[in-house]
Amino acid sequence: MKTSLSTSSNARSNLLGTWTLFKKELLRFWRVSFQTVAAPIMTALLYLLIFSHVLEDKVQVYPGVGYTAFLIPGLIMMSLLQNAFANSSSSLIQSKVMGNIIFVMLAPISYLGFYLAFLAASIIRGLVVGLGIFLVALLFIDLPLAHPGWILSFALLGSGLLGTFGIIAGIWAEKFDQMAAFQNFVIMPLSFLSGVFYSIHSLPPFWQQVSHLNPFFYMIDGFRYGFFGVGDISPFISLGVVAGSFFALSLLTLRMLKSGYKLRG
Amino acid sequence: MIPAINIQQLHKHFGDLHALKGVDLSIEQGEFFALLGPNGAGKSTLINLLAGLLRPSSGSLQVMGHDVHAAYAAARLALGVVPQELVFDPFFNVREMLRFQAGYFGRGRENDAWVDEIIESLGLADKAHTNMRRLSGGMKRRALIAQALAHKPPVIVLDEPTAGVDVELRQTMWEFIRRLNREGHTIILTTHYLEEAEALCSRIAMMKHGEIVALDSTRNLLNRLPGKRLKLSLSAPLPEGLRALVRSEQGRDYILAIADTTQLELILSELRVAGVSIEDMQLIEADLEDVFVELLS
Ligand SMILES: Nc1ncnc2c1ncn2[C@@H]1O[C@H](COP(=O)(O)OP(=O)(O)OP(=O)(O)O)[C@@H](O)[C@H]1O
Ligand SMILES: [Mg+2]
Repeated sequence: MKTSLSTSSNARSNLLGTWTLFKKELLRFWRVSFQTVAAPIMTALLYLLIFSHVLEDKVQVYPGVGYTAFLIPGLIMMSLLQNAFANSSSSLIQSKVMGNIIFVMLAPISYLGFYLAFLAASIIRGLVVGLGIFLVALLFIDLPLAHPGWILSFALLGSGLLGTFGIIAGIWAEKFDQMAAFQNFVIMPLSFLSGVFYSIHSLPPFWQQVSHLNPFFYMIDGFRYGFFGVGDISPFISLGVVAGSFFALSLLTLRMLKSGYKLRG
Repeated sequence: MIPAINIQQLHKHFGDLHALKGVDLSIEQGEFFALLGPNGAGKSTLINLLAGLLRPSSGSLQVMGHDVHAAYAAARLALGVVPQELVFDPFFNVREMLRFQAGYFGRGRENDAWVDEIIESLGLADKAHTNMRRLSGGMKRRALIAQALAHKPPVIVLDEPTAGVDVELRQTMWEFIRRLNREGHTIILTTHYLEEAEALCSRIAMMKHGEIVALDSTRNLLNRLPGKRLKLSLSAPLPEGLRALVRSEQGRDYILAIADTTQLELILSELRVAGVSIEDMQLIEADLEDVFVELLS
């Protein structure tokens, strides 16, 4: 009796602890939403303006889909992924460098709760930025929404995958410059070489093969399929790759957190 | 009764450094306990192991009977820790931080009254809406103490809570901590102000090089050096006949240990016979600092 009571009160406190951490993570980026939401939307719009102006009349990737329309889902997804990554990774590296991570480490929050709180906040940041770009883009162009279910699935899985990747990077990095290296040498190349600005069918065969090794390619292609109903490959393959990567990376993260890797010496 | 803290054969290695060498320590519920020792003795390491911020190389730790590893949630719920470093979250103000901290421990709105009470008792009321980044060092220290208390833990560990804190706050802070102790909270502190430990704590552990070298009630520790100390500044070296009483010396300044005041007569007459005159003289009680020096030298 006594144990079952204390188990249920532990479960309740664990739930509230996780919820509080999630709320704090949300508030952390929302307080500085000018940098964390408005700035990435602005950047995406600049890309849109420049590339669509230069290429609209010269490139048609899919029949009946203008270049600007083609570009928008890719830009939305790229920003969504980058911001989901930035949210968890920058929160962790900052609180590690400042030392205030110990406030969370002292609490009875389980490693699963810790993971879910950071994950959920990253997903929301990604979705908010993505939605923002989508809404602003609608002012300029009509976008079809062929399969909203695919759009939502890839947005959720993509931001979840990159949020998780951000947690791994945040745990691993000990200094800001290590995190910057991670951003510049892993996240940026993966997002630019993923078919945001072009269809990979326009690449030489060798580079097409290389693109197939890039998980960002599947997220962007699947996401784009949701809008136009056409893509470079089947959305089911993309879904499999993205969901599989998300699952594998989540397991890795949970193992890192459970072992206390770099967080509990 | 279950001890508040129970530590068995605790070892901690940092690479080649053997920072804790088999520490055994049990602290009863309701104690006001001091952990003393020079820089690098291993006090913070011990506290971080208790808090689960570090993992032991071997040995076991329990807080209120809950194993720090196997039953980490229950152990952490029972423990509030004030870290030695002045850490803070620059995104939030004092009240927000305290509510978050309570929330991490599963405490919701019902805890807000307690948060307000801590804010009041630690003199943070007019800073409650100030961003943590804008607080002065001493104010940040108060906020850290408040954060450790936010979930009202039965066991409170303070790692040098008075470093960089002005006299006034020290008083109000100790008054508040004393009250918590009277209400049944177990208090464990480290400090380099020995008079604080002497005045507040009923039991003391002294650490050196990762080991506990003394563990006793404050009274017993003070009684290890019975009698008084006689500080002398002399015109010439101390006569041989008095050398047995010397505790420490520096040039022609000596500190002698004397069992009772009748010994004074003897010392004065020896000095007169030897033709040594006294330039300055002071009679003092042995305090914790003497015990500390004696044990650690
Ligand atoms: N994370 C760490 N990695 C490596 N060595 C460490 C680490 N933490 C502590 N040490 C070493 O362990 C020893 C004990 O350090 P600790 O911080 O526990 O001392 P302390 O008694 O708290 O000292 P102080 O009074 O200065 O706070 C020191 O030699 C210190 O350099
Ligand atoms: Mg210390």
